[in-house]
Amino acid sequence: MNGGRAGAPEVVDARGLRCPLPVVRLAARARDLPAGTLVTVLATDPAARHDVPAWARMRGHATAGERRVVPDDGDPAHWELTVRLGPASRADDDGRPPR
Amino acid sequence: MTHTTPHPDRVHLDNGGRARWHPLARRAFLQALDDGWADPRRLHAEGRRAAALLDGAREAVAAVLGARTEEVRFAHSHTAALHSAVLAAAAGRRRAGGDVVVSAVERAAVLHAAHDAAAAHGGRRVDVPVERTGRVDAGAMTEAVAAPGVALAALQHANGEVGTLQPVEDVHAATARAGVPLLVDAGASLGHVELGPAWDLVAADPADWGAPGGVGVVAARGRVRLVPRGPEDPEPWAPGGVSVPAAFAAAVGLQAVVADREAEDARRRALVDRVRATVATVPDVEVVGDPDARLPHVATFSFLYVDGEALLSELDRAGVAVGSGSACTASTLEPSHVLAAMGVLTHGNVRIALDRSTTEHDVERLLAVLPGAVERVRDALGVRGL
Repeated sequence: MNGGRAGAPEVVDARGLRCPLPVVRLAARARDLPAGTLVTVLATDPAARHDVPAWARMRGHATAGERRVVPDDGDPAHWELTVRLGPASRADDDGRPPR
Repeated sequence: MTHTTPHPDRVHLDNGGRARWHPLARRAFLQALDDGWADPRRLHAEGRRAAALLDGAREAVAAVLGARTEEVRFAHSHTAALHSAVLAAAAGRRRAGGDVVVSAVERAAVLHAAHDAAAAHGGRRVDVPVERTGRVDAGAMTEAVAAPGVALAALQHANGEVGTLQPVEDVHAATARAGVPLLVDAGASLGHVELGPAWDLVAADPADWGAPGGVGVVAARGRVRLVPRGPEDPEPWAPGGVSVPAAFAAAVGLQAVVADREAEDARRRALVDRVRATVATVPDVEVVGDPDARLPHVATFSFLYVDGEALLSELDRAGVAVGSGSACTASTLEPSHVLAAMGVLTHGNVRIALDRSTTEHDVERLLAVLPGAVERVRDALGVRGL
């Protein structure tokens, strides 16, 4: 799944992980991606639905959609949470987000 | 356990909803064990003595609430008080409609009771959103209560999880115009800030002001029509009767905290301001709640990339007890509905509530150990540079 400005979104599969791991996995992927990339995280943890948008706000990214997915095959329901990366997604040396 | 003396090595900063007993509440409780053990409904001297303590407790609580004595009742807990208040007030207005309007950050007891009350009368629970600070959108609530078919509205005086004061005066003016009774949950605020007259029903939590758990306070203005739910009982707010020692200790404790409220307000507000300012210097933290319109003794913050349970354990090992609204710390998977409604981080959440025994030294202990604890928990997850 090669994400990019025009392609399908990058996907981070965090199903089965509990908070704060979905956000941590998302942030680790986002670190190496250019601005404008769409990244979708899949999460079964209900906290991710609130924490992904909050992370995006703190890091200067934009929330680009949420969808509840109930698989036919009996797997647990999960959220698909998409963000569009902003111009600077990585923390400064002091660990603070760019302002 | 025969004493409530603080353990010398422990700093307890988790006093919201269950504070250490106030010494005067404790003394009143012991006195009432001797003088108020009898059934206050019996007509003999022992029963009358217990009834006198209970009457005195109602009178004292009424004075603080600005209510008439007969408008005040005790319940078996704050939760039970909220349940009964919502169900009885909504039933009393069922001819007007079935909807119950609530802020999205009411405590779970209100949300659940509002859901049940609405379902019982063919209505629905209407949740009014809050701003990022946790303050309800007063305009949206005003609009919601003016709609046809509203039986009852509920708005907390302050949010106990994040400390934000709610616009109860504005909302009460709106509910009064609409002819809808307003239930104000003062469970996090009574004894800490002045309640004011903007309520039709009010509930409060003695355990929050250093009195016993196992008793709740509820008052309803005489004009509010109430239809108690549940099986017939002479005391529908506390079927079978309330514990006289618990009620008496609740009232004495309330009088005690109101007596030094102003001095304690300034002292605790200064400590909370220091906590909020110092915590804000930790990398990647959201200090949440309204910075000014807030309870004097509550501070709440969420650390990005922090496992709340691991952080609480780190702090507990260091001798500091705090609270949290993170799902990672609870048996449930659901995070705090309050933090979620505010749109702030729900993970890595810490809440402190200072009581009257909290010292400057206690707060310094927290601030000394917190940054290192956060760093250790983050390092365990390998999040440096994210």
